[in-house]
Amino acid sequence: MSDVSVDKVAGTAPRLALRGGTGRAYKLGRLIPWLVLIAAVGIWWFTGDTPEDILTYQEDIVYLGGQHIALVAYAGGLALITGIPAGMILSRPAFRRSSEIVLQVFNLGSTIPTLAIIALCMTALGIGTMPAVFGLWMATLLPIVRNTYTGLRNVPKMLIEAAQGMGMTPRQIFWRVEFPNALFVIFSGIRTALAICVGTAPLAFLIGAGGLGELIFTGIALDELPMLLAGVIPTALLAVLTDFIVGQLQYWLVPKGINPLR
Amino acid sequence: MIRLENLTKTFGAAGSGITAVDRVSFEVPEGEICVLLGPSGCGKTTTMKMINRLIEPTSGKVFIDGKDVTHIDPIQLRRSIGYVIQQIGLFPNKTVADNICVVPDLLGWDRKKSRTRAAELLEMVGLQPDTFMKRYPKELSGGQQQRVGVLRALAADAPVMLMDEPFGAIDPINREVIQDEFLRMQKTLRKTVIFVSHDLDEAVKMADKIAIFRAGRLEQFASPEHLLSNPATPFIETFLGTDRSLKLLRLVQVADAMLTPADTVRPEDPVAKARDLMEKSGHPAIIMSNGDGRPGGIILASRITGQGSCREAAEPVRATVPVKVDLRSAVALMFTHDMPVIPCVDEDGKLQGVLTYRSIVRSLANSKIAA
Repeated sequence: MSDVSVDKVAGTAPRLALRGGTGRAYKLGRLIPWLVLIAAVGIWWFTGDTPEDILTYQEDIVYLGGQHIALVAYAGGLALITGIPAGMILSRPAFRRSSEIVLQVFNLGSTIPTLAIIALCMTALGIGTMPAVFGLWMATLLPIVRNTYTGLRNVPKMLIEAAQGMGMTPRQIFWRVEFPNALFVIFSGIRTALAICVGTAPLAFLIGAGGLGELIFTGIALDELPMLLAGVIPTALLAVLTDFIVGQLQYWLVPKGINPLR
Repeated sequence: MIRLENLTKTFGAAGSGITAVDRVSFEVPEGEICVLLGPSGCGKTTTMKMINRLIEPTSGKVFIDGKDVTHIDPIQLRRSIGYVIQQIGLFPNKTVADNICVVPDLLGWDRKKSRTRAAELLEMVGLQPDTFMKRYPKELSGGQQQRVGVLRALAADAPVMLMDEPFGAIDPINREVIQDEFLRMQKTLRKTVIFVSHDLDEAVKMADKIAIFRAGRLEQFASPEHLLSNPATPFIETFLGTDRSLKLLRLVQVADAMLTPADTVRPEDPVAKARDLMEKSGHPAIIMSNGDGRPGGIILASRITGQGSCREAAEPVRATVPVKVDLRSAVALMFTHDMPVIPCVDEDGKLQGVLTYRSIVRSLANSKIAA
């Protein structure tokens, strides 16, 4: 998860280098994992009988996939509604001094492997969906908090000064100036966070929360490749789909004037 | 219109703190531009920010239109004062139109009315509303951004404007253009402007009054002419520089410095007459005027030889100077064309007077006495 902070920087960089070509290259780069994925699936599909074997798990895929999506939705949703306000609060002048310490604690927390977090959750909260959601929420939270905080802190001082001088109230400054100008960086955090969330969700199976992890881990245990793939392929597709949806939201919701993609 | 009374700001604990602004008092009449001038850290920006209460004064008062600003809600106060900052500070997430309409929107103006206003303002500075209303700040050049920054402060038609080095972040050529543009608008808008600058040339050009600051104190408050010709303290003299007389040239018009009526000779006059006139006036040259009132030639004392008419002795006039330009341009012309005496002409090219080095020196000396 240490690459989270790298992605945070990647999220801010195009903001600084806002010239025509960057956006297009960025978009092209986003397409590459898709193409690789499609090619990989294609090769599997047409060479051998694995596909039919995978499809025998169709019912399981649908049921466990539903569980998987629910896990991600709960944990991701929870991370959004807690992480964004937390980042906002930490960025306020009153918290300037304590915010770095808090974020250091978060950083430290993020060095603990997610598997360990999930195991700890089980120890503390027992097995089932609730501890799994809690563990995933913990793992998802940091990039959202970090990016919300950084995005808001990086809004140029002069914009705030101008807003103040023109008679905006602190609340108006926040909602009309600071938040919109931090939105691109915040979305980058959400994107990273949800990708982590989808990718980590299979671990939830280990503490009895179901999800596509059930097919993956059982597949590994039984050395059953089609079963393993029945878990892996939908997980991957889910990750790509989530990224695509958040990417589209980022593209259309971030105002054009500060959106390096448009 | 704007009056400061013993305005003081101390940062840090009382007694041990740093006094950024020390008992500053002055008054700016309605419709005038007052430039707060001084080296960085002299308290000029702090003084300005106390006017719209971005900084609360430690003691002293600010009155706008006779009203003590501490009795006005700071948010309402700031919305009633145009504000331009050095870094422009356009909101990158908003279009040009939305940026200009920030204050009207805060004041709850009808959207149609405020957008019409934005279009009018854009037209005033030569930016096509159809093209620019929907643009984002990043799609504008530096000069265009600067203009929009000024328009934003004008949008709600506040009678008072505070401008903190508004043209500081722009190249010298564009700065001149925008300064001229602002002065032209100011002629009709008649705003009361507090303008912070560290650039003496800008101050001399823009100001009706200049307030010179040094270490938090107001050193001198005077018109640019008065300041340049009568600096009150040695500090100001150093600050204005040894070339302050040259800066003063900018403030005097040719019409006020030229000799009139000018001694002239006619083409048919004998050279001797020209020599007599030059000896009497002490000028090194004399203008030969044609019958139609235009300058026809120049006769230099050093070149006169023997007899003949003025027509034969005259040399062509290499340059004339319009009476409406300032002395700085006139001197530049005189140097460029090596003309110790230059004819001053009106719009029709008719001779109105002559400018000599001596007349320039005398007019500068006069402004010193008068001021």
